[in-house]
Amino acid sequence: MHGSGIPIWFFIGVLMFVYGVLILGYGIYEVVVGPLASVQLAELHTPIWWGAILLAVGVLYIVKFRPGRASN
Amino acid sequence: MFGSVPASIAATHSVPALLALSAAPLAHLRPLDIAVVAIYFGMVVWIGFYLKGKSNTSEEFFMAGREMTAWIAGLSFVSANMGSLELMGWAGSAYQYGILATHWYWVGAIPAMLFLGLVMMPFYYVSKTHSVPGYLDLRFGGHARTLAAVSFATEMILMSGVNMFAMAVVMKVVLGWDITFSILVSSVAVALYVGLGGLRSAIFNEVLQFVLIWGGAMLVPILGLIQAGGVAGLKRQIIQNMHTDTYFHLWRDTGHFADNPMGVHWTGIVLGLGFVISFGYWTTDFLVVQRVLAAHNLRAARMAPIIGSFFKMAVPFIVILPGLLGLVLLQNPDGSRRQLVGEDVVKTCATVTSASEQSACSNAMSKTKLTPDAQKKVLSGAADTELHSYNEALPLMMVRYCGPGLLGLGITALIAGFMSGMAGNVSAFSTVWTYDIYKPLINKKGSDSHYVAVGRMAIVIGVAVSIGAAYLVMNAHGIMDYVQALFSFFIAPLLGAILLGMFWKRATSIAGFLGLLGGILTSVGMFIYVKFNPAGLATIALSPDAKPMAENLYRALWAFLTTAIIIVLVSLVTKARPVAELDGLVYGATKLPKEPPVAFYKNEYMWAILVVLIFATLNILFW
Repeated sequence: MHGSGIPIWFFIGVLMFVYGVLILGYGIYEVVVGPLASVQLAELHTPIWWGAILLAVGVLYIVKFRPGRASN
Repeated sequence: MFGSVPASIAATHSVPALLALSAAPLAHLRPLDIAVVAIYFGMVVWIGFYLKGKSNTSEEFFMAGREMTAWIAGLSFVSANMGSLELMGWAGSAYQYGILATHWYWVGAIPAMLFLGLVMMPFYYVSKTHSVPGYLDLRFGGHARTLAAVSFATEMILMSGVNMFAMAVVMKVVLGWDITFSILVSSVAVALYVGLGGLRSAIFNEVLQFVLIWGGAMLVPILGLIQAGGVAGLKRQIIQNMHTDTYFHLWRDTGHFADNPMGVHWTGIVLGLGFVISFGYWTTDFLVVQRVLAAHNLRAARMAPIIGSFFKMAVPFIVILPGLLGLVLLQNPDGSRRQLVGEDVVKTCATVTSASEQSACSNAMSKTKLTPDAQKKVLSGAADTELHSYNEALPLMMVRYCGPGLLGLGITALIAGFMSGMAGNVSAFSTVWTYDIYKPLINKKGSDSHYVAVGRMAIVIGVAVSIGAAYLVMNAHGIMDYVQALFSFFIAPLLGAILLGMFWKRATSIAGFLGLLGGILTSVGMFIYVKFNPAGLATIALSPDAKPMAENLYRALWAFLTTAIIIVLVSLVTKARPVAELDGLVYGATKLPKEPPVAFYKNEYMWAILVVLIFATLNILFW
């Protein structure tokens, strides 16, 4: 968006990044110590790949839309 | 769909606010989940504070400086409409009715969104109006504007309260949170970020919320499909469990009211939902139109609804699919298939200690599809045998697959949905109050900064009144039906007035006002008629087999037709405005600005054609 400083996509990137770190971190912890909650399809280790996707999207958006770079 | 009060679902759908409160919470948040939710609240308030300095003039505060790109306006346009009541309510509907519920996302949205973008947007945009009532003022004069503005502002505030209460009840049922805590936390956050940053902040947060809703809700259908054995496995199991394939057909069984579980006829879906309600909501409801008016140029304003329509078509993936998956995957603690029931049955069977309670519960369950064995278990009052309602399908699926962190993300998605709807309500209320009520009727000569202050104050007062409305609804459940019906009273007549005003030069000012008034009175009259005489439904919907869902579709159709007929008849006997005065307001009297040519991939018509092709393919595929 024009003329408003930090683009919304940057905020989204920050949020996705933080969520990615938390969820991926929990997923790795769960692999090490075993599942802490009883959920279906636990063997798919969803927190690891979903957390990794959030983290990747977060990094991409932070880099692409960081303040000071050309606006979207 | 249809936003914060599900415009079309308003009275057509059981709202989760009616969820039974007595059951134990469905889930318990762990510290990681709470951190995920808390970070979200921190982020939305940060955005509000950050944008405060960029919302100093009225154009910035109420119209976000008209600086939004097509993508931002388009995502915000869809997000403002995507409340959690709808996510949960329509997942429950899919559990009950199958993909018939998808009509509210496809035929009930896509044609209208394209019409707004390609046909109507130029008039809203070129007239430089601040609001939909503002357009009525330019076209039909102050009386029509005041009628539309007062009814819209009232409806926004009351609906905001209803949604607030509904959200609090959902949090109570899903997480066991205190109702007052949920109401206060969410309303203070919304008041803060909208009050500080105005429409720009509301739009920013709606885009953020849109991403969160997808990020939090998409896991359920993905994991559900894996477990069900893909689409083929899901179909096979539903047919096996339900002994019918009607759950997979959009149109095939709508030839007669009695042929489908929803009790609707295709004429009601096409004319009532697909035309009147859908066009009324998507093209005249200021809650959504305001987002598009904030676009930075006409091309972006036209592209925004088209971009939004792609995402709208995809929403059934995170709403309808979980409902269908729930039909085959939800299990009781003993491993048997969990069958969901209506809210009334859950309430009746909440306690079954006395003989009379057992009798009432048994009677209620006999009308459901619960197996005799399951009914016996409920009556025994044993642990883990409580009933759950259709509206709990989505949270139950979430709890099934989401562990710590992911559950917090899913809950954040639900909260984000509620807050985007609430923020939409209060930002639209603030604009209409300031521009269409306060400025013309109370203080015409205020400075720009004065009107910004009035707008900020309107947000705070609007949220406070919403809280009052939430507690009113909490203490008098009966009024909820009336509040929700408000939406359907105004939307169809407004569509009639706007369409004739925009596309018929001969329509006169007095005709516009009388048509609007006549349509509203017709709608209210029919609502009261059926409320006090339920048999009247057959008359309104033209069939003894019609169910309440059909009443709303036909009531909207009759109200629209009443408005249109009054406007035409009165216009023919009154004096029309000179054509020169209609420049920028009416088709045929307006020179639309020429837009510079762009590459084909930036052309709105090319994208609209693509939407039409996908829309047609989906309807044929799921015929």
